[in-house]
Amino acid sequence: MDKKKRTNEWGRHRVQILWAFLSNSYLAGFAKGRIYQGKLKNLCVPGLNCYSCPGALGSCPVGAMQAVVGSWNFKLAFYVAGFLMFIGALTGRFVCGWLCPFGLIQDLLHKIPFPKKINTFPGDRLLRKMKYVIFLVFVLLMPMFVVDLLGQGAPYFCKLICPAGTLEGGLPLVLLNKGMRGAIGWLYAWKNVLLAVILILSVIIYRPFCKYICPLGAVYSLFQPVSVFRYKVDQELCTHCGACAKVCKMQVNPVKTPNHPECIRCGRCTKICPTGALNTNVGKFGK
Amino acid sequence: MKEKNKKGRELSGLSDRTAMKIGIGITILGLIFMAFGIWRGEMAVVFEKAVNICMECIGIG
Repeated sequence: MDKKKRTNEWGRHRVQILWAFLSNSYLAGFAKGRIYQGKLKNLCVPGLNCYSCPGALGSCPVGAMQAVVGSWNFKLAFYVAGFLMFIGALTGRFVCGWLCPFGLIQDLLHKIPFPKKINTFPGDRLLRKMKYVIFLVFVLLMPMFVVDLLGQGAPYFCKLICPAGTLEGGLPLVLLNKGMRGAIGWLYAWKNVLLAVILILSVIIYRPFCKYICPLGAVYSLFQPVSVFRYKVDQELCTHCGACAKVCKMQVNPVKTPNHPECIRCGRCTKICPTGALNTNVGKFGK
Repeated sequence: MKEKNKKGRELSGLSDRTAMKIGIGITILGLIFMAFGIWRGEMAVVFEKAVNICMECIGIG
């Protein structure tokens, strides 16, 4: 099998597309410019998926976390924290690679040809720590402590940063509602500029939002080294050819660290391995 | 150089088996946290936020 066939990612993209459709299948929302208000919204979806997307059936875990820690009566979010622990410890960053709609958008944008794609640059490693700071400051501390007179904090990550919210919620709702079009201001403009920058960067750099900004990826990455679903290397079969490290778009060397926090479990490395030394503990996947 | 040894020990110093046991423990703890959060009414806060258009999320509020 040639290299191109072995690194073909359309199997994974089909799963991503199917999941994005399933979790955003309230089609009436897109037709009428409103959002789903049924009981499924009690539940979080595993990926970054704005609950103000007209099609969204579930809640975004990052938005839900901010809603609870920013509420006047709850400052600790056991429900959402437990959900993130459950998903993270079970699958690590599998969700990032397979079940996140915004990850899918970045994956598809990166397929657009560009003369000089950037794999890494000076400061890349350091910049990847930024997502942990964003989680701590914008998702936890600011909603918890920067509060109004009633003791309620705003969802600062959603408000000031989240490009998924702009793309999935902001753009369609503003386009579909005349009233909202009259209410847009500097914040809407800022969020659209940020979204545009991230979308353009996605063509040049693989998943810039996931690497440097995403607080959800940051949380899941903490559990990756101990996740139940994991990669393993058979040292007796490994020839140290370096094919897996070369093919990794997140710049991980799976032979050294198969369960590295930056790995999104896309499966490219397991498919490219010529000896089958690199595998998961549940067998081959991603074919 | 940090690499896995023959027993499958990773650079974190944990063997695959130990890491998985910790993972299973955290998964169970996550379920307990979720149940506790639901019991104390956090789900209602999530629901209320999610069924109303979040003006901050879309860049208007």
